Order: sequence, then structure tokens, then C-alpha cells
Amino acid sequence: MIILRYALYRFMTMLMTLLLVSALIFMIINLPPGNYLTNQIAELQATGQDAGVAKAEFLRREYALDRPLVEQYFIWIGFWPGQYGFSGLIQGDFGWSFEFDQPVSEIVGQALWLTVLVNLAAVLFVYIVALPLGVLAAARSKTWVDYTSSFIGYLGLATPNFLLALILFYYGQKYLNLPIGGLMAPELEGEPMNFTKVKSILLHLIIPTFVIGTSGAAAMMQRLRANMLDELDKPYVETARAKGVRPAKLLAKYPLRVALNPFVADIGNLLPSMISGSVLVSVVLGLQTIGPALLTALKSQDQFLAGFILLFVALLTLIGTMISDVLLMLLDPRIRYGGRE
Amino acid sequence: MAILPDGRYIDDAPYSENSNFSTAERPELDAPNWVLVWRRFKQHKLGLISGIFLLLAYLMLPIAGFIAPYTPNERHVDHLYAPPQAVHWFNDGQFIGPHVLPITATADLENFRWVYSADETKPMKLEFFCENEPYKLFGLIKAERHLFCAPYGATLFILGSDRLGRDVFSRILYGAQLSLTVGLIGITVSFIFGIFFGSIAGYFGGRIDWLIQRVIEILRSLPELPLWLALSAAVPSHWGPVAVFFIISIILGILDWPGLARAVRSKFLSLREEEYVKAAEMMGAKPARIIGRHLLPNFSSHLIASAMLSIPAMILGETALSFLGLGLRAPAVSWGVMLNDAQNLAAIEIYPWTASPMLVIILVVLAFNFLGDGLRDSLNPYES
Repeated sequence: MIILRYALYRFMTMLMTLLLVSALIFMIINLPPGNYLTNQIAELQATGQDAGVAKAEFLRREYALDRPLVEQYFIWIGFWPGQYGFSGLIQGDFGWSFEFDQPVSEIVGQALWLTVLVNLAAVLFVYIVALPLGVLAAARSKTWVDYTSSFIGYLGLATPNFLLALILFYYGQKYLNLPIGGLMAPELEGEPMNFTKVKSILLHLIIPTFVIGTSGAAAMMQRLRANMLDELDKPYVETARAKGVRPAKLLAKYPLRVALNPFVADIGNLLPSMISGSVLVSVVLGLQTIGPALLTALKSQDQFLAGFILLFVALLTLIGTMISDVLLMLLDPRIRYGGRE
Repeated sequence: MAILPDGRYIDDAPYSENSNFSTAERPELDAPNWVLVWRRFKQHKLGLISGIFLLLAYLMLPIAGFIAPYTPNERHVDHLYAPPQAVHWFNDGQFIGPHVLPITATADLENFRWVYSADETKPMKLEFFCENEPYKLFGLIKAERHLFCAPYGATLFILGSDRLGRDVFSRILYGAQLSLTVGLIGITVSFIFGIFFGSIAGYFGGRIDWLIQRVIEILRSLPELPLWLALSAAVPSHWGPVAVFFIISIILGILDWPGLARAVRSKFLSLREEEYVKAAEMMGAKPARIIGRHLLPNFSSHLIASAMLSIPAMILGETALSFLGLGLRAPAVSWGVMLNDAQNLAAIEIYPWTASPMLVIILVVLAFNFLGDGLRDSLNPYES
């Protein structure tokens, strides 16, 4: 019951945060002077092509870009009806991408799911790698296992993601015959889901997952190791050891469970950095996620596309953090977020 | 070690002046804090080496032009994509001092690339303190002397040359000037914001605290890179490289402060209950004085350690932004700008040396991490 109530409360705060974030994003996108359409109109007028100006002016009125900024924001979100039928995000109208001359929803449609897929895969990778390695490094601290894993960890933190991606792509193709670029074989694009397509996507996912996950896994591993070491110093572990509990059971029974808390709580820190990483890596590797579209949109001030993608990325992060908070509460009954007296 | 009949142990080694007593002497414990920290830090070999490396790297920055054999935008049209050249000491089994072998390019029309061959019969000695292209020492004084340069008629590309025939090694040295200072400026901005907001939130608590906490939460929940992208896309493209550089480092700093502010706040929440703070309050000290004089110095060393750990993130951030073409742009030289040239598979496969700034980045980031770890471990000299 408490948990349900907490989840509800957490959901409400998430919505509030999302609202604030949307205002922030809108502000940032409108920082550069002018917008895509005013730039285009100026350019068309400078080159004397008056025919295009009419269309640009029409789009400008249609999407209310001739209104004051505050009004534009409310229309974009959907609290306020646009005069010419633009109904805003809440109504499911994501706006028009001027750069690609298509509705935003069509450009990002499939990319959204692939983005979620790539990030989920990366999160899984982080947990699968960091959990055993972190525990092992703590249990065998100050041996070669510990040193090797922390060395690899440091290296993972220090290597710029995008270059690691390029290098792995090259060697993956050369020695393991892994596919280069994209998220599926080009001939399968646009086809319905079937076994070959799933297989192709999985094969293409290997390197991006590895690249996006490495730094997160390294950080997580170090934290888990530190937590485990703290726990292993406690008297109850010594007692258990004195009673002759087998080492594997000794680790799994209590210290691991305590050390797992931050493991779950860390999703809040992990997700933003992973999503950042996935945007960058997608641009370099040409994955069909929303990363490349975001970059083009930002460069050409295509505000509805950029705004929607930024908002979506923020939403992913917020949902992740919310889930981690609720999970943490389920995992550790001592944690309650109520006010302190 | 001998055992007496009654079972006690006794050390039978002769007394020596240099013997190491494990118990600390009184003056040891009374030594100033920094002496203790330094003593502890010296034990952390990796941290010490990293610290020295970074110190040298930063000291090198103002005199980069002197050390580099070429200037960053000097082009060698006859030597595009030249591979790294080794500095030899022996030629034909004979010692003749440091020298290079002149290389000449021939076009390989089958693979469309330049093939370089070295002329082993003509070893040419390196020149030291020679005059070459002019540069500015400390960014102010005009100078023409270089530490070493290629003899006339030969080239010296220690790390090869790039697409336009520019020396990669010299560019790395010049690039360090921007890439390494980005972190410093960013961390300064982040410190000013983080300490200011963190300390007022922690010291005053209540409503201000609530407000700042929410702002921190929002900023932390946003993915960094898309935000960096959006903010740097807002930098007007007609600005000069120096202005862009400052804006980029400030942007990196502005998004970094929430983490620091949280640390400061939680520390202040516990420190403000201490007796000495109460005493200062009763004597009528203003909040600004209590925070600045009594509270902050208490954990400034902790702050320095955490700064060391967040500088690398900024260096990597600058690299990523420039790499995507949203950070610094040519003709400015930074490591990210250099890597921007190496962002295709061909560069990795055929001209791997163009990606060599990556090695430098890894080295610097590792060094900052080790230094930070070393500092953090040695900051509490009273704990064992």
C-alpha cells in the first residue's frame, strides 16, 4: 500500500519535472536568434526566390511561429490551441520537421523504439558485466583479478566512446566478421518483424551495446567493489567465516544483498550518461536511433524535431529514475522517503 | 628474535639509529596537515607519477611552440598522410647522433594513396635550437627558436602528418593548450556555482534548500550530451575561436555544478550543527563569513580531490563536442578537432596515426583519475 502510494506520488512529481524540463528545453532551443523558417525566408528573399517565401510564411503561421515565445510554448505543449489547427504534443501532434519536410512523428517513429532497444541492451550489458566482476574484484581484492579488472575499468572510463566505437567496428569486421554500421541489414529495413530481422538486429547490436555500456559498467563495477569491501569488513562476515560458512554462500547470503542497493539506486545516474553516450555513438556509427536526427535538427534549428527528441530523451531518463526509486523501496524496507522529524 | 624461558619474546638485534619505529612520535602528529597529507600521498605511487605527469603537461602549455618542431597550421604539400618517422641514432652500425632519413612520396595509382620511402643512404642530423617558423611564447613574445627541428631538405613527423600535411605531433602539443585548459575553466565555473548554491542550500536549509534541490534534480535528470549539443548549437557560428572556446568551457561547467552542490550541501548540513559554528554565530558573524572562513576551509581538500575527478569528464566532453563539429572549429587546434579528421574507417585502417590524439587523451584522463584517487585516499592523514 505504501509502495503504491509512493509510486503514485513519484509519478506525479515526474510529470511536474517533465513540465519544467519541457520549458527548459524550449528555452534552450530558442536561444539562437531566429528559427528555421525566418532563416529560410531571409535566404529566399536574398536570392530573389519569392515563390518559396509564400510556403514558408504559410508554415510559419500554421505552426504559430509568428506568435510571442510564451504563446508558442503553450501551443507546442498543447495547452493552448493554435489558430490554424496545430494542436500540440499532448494531443499527439508532434509538429512539422522543416528540415526533412515531413511530420516529426514520421521521422522519429521507428527510431524511438530502436533507441529504447539500444539503451535497454546497454543497461543489461552493464548489469551483466558489472555484477560478477565487481563482486569478484572485491572478494579477491589485491590480487591480479582485482588489478586487471580495475585496470580495464579505468581504461573504459578514459577512452572516448566514439573512437572506441570506430576501432571496435574495424576490428570486429576484420576478425569476427561483424556487420558495420546501421542497426539491421539494409535490405531488411521497413520489412515486418521476422526471425531474420531479429537476428540481424541482434548481430548489429553487439558493438554499440559494448561501446555504450563500457564506461557505465566500469563506474558501476568500481562502486560495487567499494561497497562490497565495506561490507566484508563488518563483524557479521567474520562471524560467518568463523562458523565455517562456505565462501560462495558467505558472499551471496548477506554482503551482496546489502551492496546491491546502490546498484539499483544508481540507475538514476547511469541512465542519463548512457543515453548521452548512445546519442554520440549513434551519430558515429550511423545507427537509426534518434541521435543523428537530433544532431541535424540542432544544427539547422529545426525546432519541433529537436524539441521532441530532447523531450523524449528526458522522459526516458525520468522514467528510469522513477523505476529505480520504486525498486529501491521494494528491495530495502528500511528506505522510506517520508519527511524526517 | 629470541624467546625467553618464560615465553616472552625479545628483540636481540643491536640498537640502530635508523630503526623504524612504528609508533608515531608526538611531533609527527603535530605536523601541519599538509605535511601529513603529502607524506601519505607519496605512498600512492601511481597518484604521484600521474601528478608529476600532469604538472609537466601543464607547465609545457605556454612553451608548446618552443617544443614543437612545426607550427600547427604549417602545411607540407609534398607530405600528405606521411607515416610516423623514427629518430635514429645509428646508421649502418655507426653512431652518428639523432638523425632522420629523408622520405619521398610516390603516388600509388592502384590504391590511390601516397607511398613513402626512406632514403637510408642520406642520414640527416637533427638541428637543435634552430630557427624556423615564428610562434608566440606565452602567447605574447614573438620567437623563432625551436627546441629541435628537421634539417633542411628533410622532414620530422614524429607522429606522422595529416590530410593537409600538417605535423600531428606539433598539433597535439598546440591542441593541449585548448584541450587541457577547457577542464580548468569549466571546473572553475562549476566550483563557483556548486559552492555558492550548495553552501546556501546547506547552511540556510528550509525553502531555499528545497528550491535548489529541485533545480539540481532537474539538471541531473537531463542527459548531458544532448544538452551540451543544444547549448553549443546556440553559439553563433561567426564568433571567433577564442570566444567559442570560452563559451564551450562555461557550458561544460554550468552543467557540472549540481553534483558538486549536492556534496557541499550534505556536508554543510552536518557541519552547521558544530560548536564552532554556533560560537561564531553568537559572536555575531555574518553567514557569508561563517561559510567562507569557518565552513569551507574545513573540506577544501575534499573539494580539490573531487575536482580532479571531474576535470577528465570535461576534457572528454570538449573532445566529443568538437568531434561532432559543435565545439571548437578549425583553425583552432584541439584534440577533438584533430579527431574530427579521423572519424572514418579509412583513417583507422590506412592512417591510424591521425587518431593518435586519442592516446594522449586516454593518458591525461587516466592521470587525472589516479591523481584524484591518490588525493582522496591521502586527505585524512589521521585515519589509517
